[in-house]
Amino acid sequence: MKGSELISHAKNTWCPGCGNFIVQHALKEVVSDLGSEGYPVENVILVTGIGQHAKIFDFMNLNGFYSLHGRTIPVATGIKLANPGLKVLCIAGDGDCYAEGIEHLIFAAKRNVDITVMVNNNRVYGLTTGQFTPTSPYGFHGRSTPKGEKENPLNPLDLVLSSGATFIARGYTGRREQLKFLLHEALLHKGFSFIDNLQVCATYCNLTDYYNERVYDWDAGSSGDYQAAHKRARGWDYTADTRIGLGIMYQHGAPTYEEGYPVPVALSEEGRGQAIRKFLDSRL
Amino acid sequence: MDIHEVSVLIGGRAGDGVASSGQVVAQILAHMGYRVHMYFDYPSLIKGGHNFAIIRGAERPVGAVRDKVDFILALNQETIELHRGKLGRGGVIICNGDIASHPGAVQVPIGSILKNEQAPTVMGNSAIIGAFLKAAGIDWNIAEEVFWNALMKETVQNLRVAWQAYDAADVRMAVKEITDHRHPVMTGNEAIGIGLLEGGVTMYFAYPMSPTSNLMHFFAAKADEFQIRVVQPESETAGILMALGCSYAGVRSAIGTSGGGFCLMTEALGLSGIAELPLVIVLGQRAGPSTGLATYTAQSDLLFALNAGHGDFPRFIVAPGDTTEARTWSRLATAFAWKYQVPSIILPDKIVCEGLYSIDPDFSIDCHPEPIMADPGVRPYMRYQLTESGISPLRFPPSVGDWIKVNSHVHDTDGITTEEPEVTRTMADKRNNKIAGLREELEGLHPVEVSGNTNSDGALLTWGSNKGACDEVGKLLDLRVIRPVVLCPFPERSFANAMTGVRRFYSVESNETGQLARLVSQFGYRASGLVLKYDGRPFTIEELTARVREAIS
Ligand SMILES: Cc1ncc(C[n+]2csc(CCOP(=O)(O)OP(=O)(O)O)c2C)c(N)n1
Ligand SMILES: [Mg+2]
Repeated sequence: MKGSELISHAKNTWCPGCGNFIVQHALKEVVSDLGSEGYPVENVILVTGIGQHAKIFDFMNLNGFYSLHGRTIPVATGIKLANPGLKVLCIAGDGDCYAEGIEHLIFAAKRNVDITVMVNNNRVYGLTTGQFTPTSPYGFHGRSTPKGEKENPLNPLDLVLSSGATFIARGYTGRREQLKFLLHEALLHKGFSFIDNLQVCATYCNLTDYYNERVYDWDAGSSGDYQAAHKRARGWDYTADTRIGLGIMYQHGAPTYEEGYPVPVALSEEGRGQAIRKFLDSRL
Repeated sequence: MDIHEVSVLIGGRAGDGVASSGQVVAQILAHMGYRVHMYFDYPSLIKGGHNFAIIRGAERPVGAVRDKVDFILALNQETIELHRGKLGRGGVIICNGDIASHPGAVQVPIGSILKNEQAPTVMGNSAIIGAFLKAAGIDWNIAEEVFWNALMKETVQNLRVAWQAYDAADVRMAVKEITDHRHPVMTGNEAIGIGLLEGGVTMYFAYPMSPTSNLMHFFAAKADEFQIRVVQPESETAGILMALGCSYAGVRSAIGTSGGGFCLMTEALGLSGIAELPLVIVLGQRAGPSTGLATYTAQSDLLFALNAGHGDFPRFIVAPGDTTEARTWSRLATAFAWKYQVPSIILPDKIVCEGLYSIDPDFSIDCHPEPIMADPGVRPYMRYQLTESGISPLRFPPSVGDWIKVNSHVHDTDGITTEEPEVTRTMADKRNNKIAGLREELEGLHPVEVSGNTNSDGALLTWGSNKGACDEVGKLLDLRVIRPVVLCPFPERSFANAMTGVRRFYSVESNETGQLARLVSQFGYRASGLVLKYDGRPFTIEELTARVREAIS
């Protein structure tokens, strides 16, 4: 399947310059590449939350589940449990995943369920027009915080690492090729894969220059080292004026959730009848 | 004295195994041909506190207990103090003689029996049961059969302990065998579980909450035999969304909760509605609002279940009144969810969930709705294809050449988001159109039960577990009893038939405002009075009789 066939006829409504376009094209190319690597496109399921990030659901010719705000991960978990042969990708927002639905992120990491979650972290509530999110920089002047927000940002990489995720990466929409690579690796990783994607919001939080001045690549060789990963996660707290590492932060093999909950062998009508009769007999 | 109806109370501390011993007593009565009901009363704690169960056996189906009992099996002195007032004339107390006593009681020397048999303390209850069997003049063989049937752990030793007590006790009040036509006993939770299995459910999601936790425990204990997976998610919110994920992938699942958990599910309930994803929820009612009485009963979530979730969308709601109904309607609830692509809510109350009832194992409603699948040849596939019935044929991923999209927004036939007024209205109509088909199908299935004196112009209106008390009291007072089992879509035609000739009716409900009476008033039926109970406890036969008499007069 050619990448261009994956773009739907729906009218695109992202703002000009939005980082979501980069995400869309990276996804298109990765899904197309996976197709030639033996992972057919019909096996890919895209689950989105609610926000600007989520509109990718409409813009792609992909199987999909346009869920509720904050609720990509439990839907993806259910799909994966139902059919472990599917490749399930969540594209979530930072408000979506780090505020409304943060418990699901922690639990997906804890369970090591074999799904991929990419959070398009534009550091702002885009669709609701510019309020602060859990990862907005300290002092963020949003529409609900005209005098500057007084909460410190949350560090999702640190949180997800300590929750048990087995693939953790940070991408940036200003580094399209790398983002493609991360998405590809995340989808191929067996276990819970997480990408915090620094996505430029052209309208409410344009940090392009800020990111460009600070980003650097983590050393690809040491991604298996938990202690090193911990240091990397703590290297930037989403507000301090330090360098910002990109790439695979941590990767580690571990049994997945669905392996512990294999799909039941479907009982025949007769087999089920027997099991029920046996139970009824125990109640006489 | 020979009796054809018998009531046994068993009481002890929480953690003493009152429920499981009560179940053995219930099975013994079932083995003798009785129809059985057990009410289990326990506070919300783990150890200590007082638990008791009342087991009632009768010749006819029963679903409520009486004020008086014939036997009190007291695992401690407190049981005697709390309940001796319930002992009927000629009644017998059987107690653990080491720690309890009462004039005339059968005192079982549990300590020395256990010592003789080198048995652990937990087997003390078997001694009490053994003494009960003798006091009730019940044949020892029945104990052997029931203990073995129940797949009890350490059956041989339990039987030896029971035999010692049986041997030492004397006959006080003979309980007769009725028939060899036996009905198994189970809780409503278990019956719902069986029905869900028969509906094809292979995944169960639940966050622990009384009174449905035991459904989760039942499935978990039988996971291999029943080939069902039990998943305990991080919250009810997560559970319902996982279930919707399963539906999208074409796998039947169910979720169980109570009011508080259902509150957390409401946003996703609406998602099931607009995305037209089949969903099965077991909503076991307990006393609310909020945490309420965690382990006591209520029927106060009817209007909530009917209205939960914002926006309009079709749903199916059924309130079984015993295990026989719970089983067959849980299967149907699953089947209707998948045929009509709607949420189904099974709405028992704590009495049905955790009470034991004899089940009629051969009863089934002969209706087997199937999901409507897209023809394999049809291309392009449209997830929300417009049809006359409103039901769009299903196809599940992976499917080569298709994009199968479901969407929480208003969407077009492909599942792509739209804000067009025309499409918005068309899609609302499409969803709404499904109700007519579902209602029509339901009208043929006895969605409204009528019992008592069906010619009487005075009636009791009721629902759920109050079936038990109302069926008896209706007969006793010569009243008609009208009980909608299906509550949504409301079976107007069957209800009108049931109401034909009724001049006055009184709504018997376990809530403080008469929720069913409010529901039927929408269809033009005004109750002459309300007979309500909202103290967390079920009506006894005597209490309801008095309350109905008072209401009528
Ligand atoms: C339960 C609920 N609360 C609030 C909203 C309103 N809402 C829609 S999008 C959004 C924020 C989106 O921010 P984010 O997740 O960061 O996504 P972005 O638009 O930035 O991509 C909110 C609060 C909603 N749809 N549902
Ligand atoms: Mg955002």
